[in-house]
Amino acid sequence: MVRYILKRLILSVPIALAVSVLCFVLVQLAPGDPLSLVLPADATQAMIDQTKQRYGLDKPLPLQYLYWLGNILTGDFGTSISTGRPVLSEIGIAISYSLALAGLASLFGLVLGITFGFVAGYRIGTPTDKIVSAIAISGVSVPHYWLGMVLVIIFSVNLNAFPAMGAAPGAHPGWLEQLRYMMLPALTLAAMPMGIVTRSVRALVAETLGMDYVTALVARGATPFDIFLHIAKNAAPTALAVIGVQMGYLMAGSILVETVFSWPGTGLMLNGAILQRDIPLLQGTILVLALFFVVLNLIVDIVQPLLDPRIKRT
Amino acid sequence: MTLAFDPPVARASLGYWAGVSRRLRRDTVSMVCLVVLLLIIAAAICAPLIAPYDPSVGSVVRRLRPVGTPGHLLGTDDLGRDMLTRLLYGARLSLIMGIVPVCIALVIGGSLGMLAGFVGGRVNTVVMRTADVFFAFPSVLLAIAIAGILGAGVVNSIVALTIVLIPPLVRVSESATAQVSALDFVEAARASGARDTTILRVHVLSNILGPVLVYTTSLFSVAVILASGLSFIGLGAKPPTPEWGLMLNNLRNAIYSQPLVAALPGVLIFVVSLSFNLLADGLRSAMDVR
Repeated sequence: MVRYILKRLILSVPIALAVSVLCFVLVQLAPGDPLSLVLPADATQAMIDQTKQRYGLDKPLPLQYLYWLGNILTGDFGTSISTGRPVLSEIGIAISYSLALAGLASLFGLVLGITFGFVAGYRIGTPTDKIVSAIAISGVSVPHYWLGMVLVIIFSVNLNAFPAMGAAPGAHPGWLEQLRYMMLPALTLAAMPMGIVTRSVRALVAETLGMDYVTALVARGATPFDIFLHIAKNAAPTALAVIGVQMGYLMAGSILVETVFSWPGTGLMLNGAILQRDIPLLQGTILVLALFFVVLNLIVDIVQPLLDPRIKRT
Repeated sequence: MTLAFDPPVARASLGYWAGVSRRLRRDTVSMVCLVVLLLIIAAAICAPLIAPYDPSVGSVVRRLRPVGTPGHLLGTDDLGRDMLTRLLYGARLSLIMGIVPVCIALVIGGSLGMLAGFVGGRVNTVVMRTADVFFAFPSVLLAIAIAGILGAGVVNSIVALTIVLIPPLVRVSESATAQVSALDFVEAARASGARDTTILRVHVLSNILGPVLVYTTSLFSVAVILASGLSFIGLGAKPPTPEWGLMLNNLRNAIYSQPLVAALPGVLIFVVSLSFNLLADGLRSAMDVR
């Protein structure tokens, strides 16, 4: 097991490096001269050369990448153009908001998905199954930015039950107050994982129920609860793996939902960085989110065989 | 009656697709989805003929009228433009921005995947490891990052979406091709002197078409949501062009006065995306993929 974990850890190093290359290359695609932001329009050639030298832009691209990577590894993500503060500290604040939101959304998605999946899987082919399956496929198909607007219309405008936007004001708001602000964006984000978890749990439950050993258990006089435990044991690793990967998508995909709800996470920050063409902030945020995704996939790959010994450790 | 020396491959593949189409036609849900999608596409094409107004001309005195207003069946938007007209015209760009990237990605990703799966070896390693790097990025983030860096615009968002959609299609067609290539009939074709190109075109392509087609159909759903999403955050279509995602964003402030009107463009995105997903499910069971 230790060998498998080590192997998996080492394997993720080249992926992380490749991700950083892609982040670096992405920014090179940006149209326009990066110097135009810092230099006056009537800059002399000497000034241009000097600035290029200062930012290392006179070096070939691979060298520029190495400098950049070296800075990243020492925690220097550069300075945000719009706020003038270090990119890393900007990301640090935003990511805690995004993590909280993605965590709550994953929880909603997991609980709803497992419940729906079991209800439908036990009654394949019945009207209940059809309704649950319809909910699940709607959850996967719904444009979440629109779902957010609809939830605001229902719960904020009409029922006045939850706040429509932002995080709780004040430096240290109570967690209950914060939860009220998180409710609608988290529910919006939960739609997609709910649908995916429902669909995979439903298929697994139905498949397990048809297994010979379940028939044997019934024949031996197992109670429905015993059988439920067996099925739950079979479905848990899959559900957890699905939600683990989904959480990564939620962190990154929340950009649209965070925009709808003005939730001060990485998504809203990324949106702002794009609008203001704040390239260092943009690059740093994308890199951190992508690396987060790599780590999450790593954790899923390590935890899944621990829960389910049938999965081969290759 | 089938004779022993009939060419079995041609017969079998014709019969397979006839069977798929028959099973699909019996599936009510898939047929309804297909009709809905065809109607929306037809409405988008015929927008100038059936739309009651000019999509870009509004009226200051007729702003944000509710659904059901005489003369404005679906109300008017924040600039007094007819919603029905703009939704019809908006379908054009929303569908193009969602469907075109999938088609380009299908050609590029499908060919790369077939090549990687068929040739194997070093080619496979290079193609698939490159795809893995893109998989390390969540697709939404990558699409938004590329579109954000290239700058707002319809073409840029189509480019961004295409790049994001290629890796998954490479993966699906690669695994299907690798499976088919290992089968005996490919070996038999090679032994009987068929060229690699012939084997790829005749034997591999016809056998991976099913799973790739099912996957592509579900990608349409993702792409339509993402394309309108890019416009929603200002990276796709620009005003005053009618586009569902952009319209949704422009009407965000109207949720207090005319919630129904404000939600309309999103309903259409939802309907299109849901139809593609349900159709993909129907295709999957009709083709018995997985």
